Amino acid sequence: MKKINTEPLFKRQNYFLRIGAVITVVMLLMIVVGYFWTPYSTTQMNADLKFAGPSLAHPFGTDNFGRDIFSRVTEGAGTTFFIAVCVVLIGCIGGTIIGSLTGYFGGAADTILMHICDAITAFPSILMALVIIAAFGGGKYRIILILGILFIPSFARVVRGEFVRQKNLNYIYSARLMGAGHFRIMFRHILPNTIPVLLPAISIGFNNAVLAEASMSYLSIGVQPPDASLGRMLSEAQVYLGKAPWYAIFTGLVIVLLILGFSLLGEGLQQKNRR
Amino acid sequence: MFKKRMLTLFLLLTLVALALCACGDSTQPGNQDDSEDHSSGEIVYGGEIVVGIAQDLEDSLDPYQMVAAGTREVLFNLFEGLVKPNSAGDYVPAVASDYSISDDRLTYTFTLRDGVLFHNGETVTADDVLYSFETCASTTIDLSLQAALDGIQDISAEGNTVTITLTEPNNDFISYVAGVYIIPQDYADQATNPVGTGPFHFVSRSIQEELVMEKFEDYWGQAAYLDKVTFKIYEDANAKMSALGAGAIDITSHLTVDQADVLSSEYTVLEGTMNLVQALYLNNAVAPFDNVLVRQAMCYAVNVQEILDLTANGHGTKVGTSIYPAFTKYFDATLSDYYTYDPDKARDLLEEAGYGDGFSMTITVPSNYTPHVNTAEVLVEQLAAVGIDASISTIEWDTWLNDVYNGRNFESTVIGFDAATLTAGALLDRWVSTNGKNMINFNNADYDSLIAQAETTTDDDAQTELYKQAARILTEQAANVYIQDMADLVAIKNNLTGYQFYPLYVMDMSTVHYVQ
Repeated sequence: MKKINTEPLFKRQNYFLRIGAVITVVMLLMIVVGYFWTPYSTTQMNADLKFAGPSLAHPFGTDNFGRDIFSRVTEGAGTTFFIAVCVVLIGCIGGTIIGSLTGYFGGAADTILMHICDAITAFPSILMALVIIAAFGGGKYRIILILGILFIPSFARVVRGEFVRQKNLNYIYSARLMGAGHFRIMFRHILPNTIPVLLPAISIGFNNAVLAEASMSYLSIGVQPPDASLGRMLSEAQVYLGKAPWYAIFTGLVIVLLILGFSLLGEGLQQKNRR
Repeated sequence: MFKKRMLTLFLLLTLVALALCACGDSTQPGNQDDSEDHSSGEIVYGGEIVVGIAQDLEDSLDPYQMVAAGTREVLFNLFEGLVKPNSAGDYVPAVASDYSISDDRLTYTFTLRDGVLFHNGETVTADDVLYSFETCASTTIDLSLQAALDGIQDISAEGNTVTITLTEPNNDFISYVAGVYIIPQDYADQATNPVGTGPFHFVSRSIQEELVMEKFEDYWGQAAYLDKVTFKIYEDANAKMSALGAGAIDITSHLTVDQADVLSSEYTVLEGTMNLVQALYLNNAVAPFDNVLVRQAMCYAVNVQEILDLTANGHGTKVGTSIYPAFTKYFDATLSDYYTYDPDKARDLLEEAGYGDGFSMTITVPSNYTPHVNTAEVLVEQLAAVGIDASISTIEWDTWLNDVYNGRNFESTVIGFDAATLTAGALLDRWVSTNGKNMINFNNADYDSLIAQAETTTDDDAQTELYKQAARILTEQAANVYIQDMADLVAIKNNLTGYQFYPLYVMDMSTVHYVQ
């Protein structure tokens, strides 16, 4: 009998993956090129060019100091991307270690660690970050560390859940009967099987990290001026919303594209895995 | 679910973007005019106006109990002391017609003006003055005023003269006398229905809405032109802007350059100053700022005009020392151009100081003051041009007070210092090496002795000269990289004139009038 594919066309073709990949590649290309070269200096000020609207010379216009917004957005996207990747890396590695250990071994350590994670997630992360920054000071690398730590619980939870489920499956029993050690089972057998749940967690985590960096810098405790980051630029742009709307629009647009690209990519990968 | 949300967000943002693009650039810049007498015409007596103010007056209206600067700004029209400040920054006789200071600077003798009336119709007597001083000393919430009044050894009245004897000389005392508003004795309703001697009398107040005052017909001096002034409260900046757009406000102050830019031609924008000294304050005790050559190099490296152009469309007044222009008596405009922008000279001086390769420094800025943060951003760019690698660290205001101001744990900071009273001491005393407020650890023996001399000099001209010399030392020693007194923009309807800027935070309505 011929099998009928009932999935809608756009899902079958996995357009999510394609569109997401295209957007992400374009953004990454912009960031990498921007790291080595931007059309204008990102800090060069020019009083004559204040609030120039989008033009051929300045496609995204200029800001309140007459700096080219396209150049700054490029640099800012790089900063934001770097922070988000570092944050997700810290969160993911930390979370995987904690989640796998607690999920696999269980016991008192599991209960205590999971309650600590609950306690951390109970506070709004921005508030937590504010408290820590007030005590130890801000700056780019502190923000990465703080957000990274705050991102651990969400990953730990996902990984732990999967470990708890997998450790009681037959293939693990077989592995154990064959004399495989705990760590071999954990990282050789179970971990690869958590990837389908870890992938969406990473793509959502990345988006949250981008937004978290933006909010931190928006509250001007993150990236310090005159360095550009998307959040920092957005908070500066807000003041001039009526006068130079392009400042907020193009900065916001880049944030949206960065997040959209990764969301679609994550969604697409998930679908691919499901098949 | 998630992707759906993302898609909606994306679409919404695009819509907003389109909407904003469509309405951008449709506003016409307001009529910019810096002259005070912008419309020449005949003075019209009478009429009423609406003044837009930003802060609510849900404060005690008792002159000794009011907390907010915004209340002080408005009540300036209702109350007077024995002396009062004028727009030039001098203290002129008010309720007193004359005063004299003894040679040992301990005894102040005030002669009361004849026939000064309170708003309730009663005549001001010497007993009212004694009562005012006593009540103020015991109830005022202004700590520096209280400290000054604590220095009174004896106060007595004889006929229409009031004599005040101090325990030790206090050169600023007369400025504190101006802060003791004269009120009728045994009148209990000051907090809600204030009575004073000023050119306007109180009519009504409605919290979060307005405060109304009318012309006091029996005022002892030049009576007000306007019959009625309504201070209308717009706590929300956007509400104030739309009221300005509708022409519902006749006068409003403290506008930003961006707000003033979008006003209609119905208004004239007057430019005053914020009455503070904005500078890149340098910790003189920390290397490399302990080297005067480095500090001077930084002064040469900074282009103040460019800062004004970039951060405020060219508005603001250059200052070259810790005196702002409203202190006309002490302000020396030549100091503002003492260091002309010269990056080559800056590099030479750095070379001479042994920092030919430049150095790194941190500028600490309180994050809530956008103008200061913006100035710091321009400074970073300008300093980079001579090889100084400056970075910015924005911190909370409380942290700034704690670490920078009190802890003196900083390299440099951008901030503005204002004056509590209209005396040069209020601005200059703090840089004496032993002063507890000497945040920058400025240490100059000549400066210390000049200030000490000035404080003990009774002759006004000699004292002024000493303060001017002290101010010049700050410039020559490049104690800080002095920048500007920031612009304070006032919008006023074209058919009104006479608005005066004070070197203090007040709004005087008695000189405002309509013109034909």
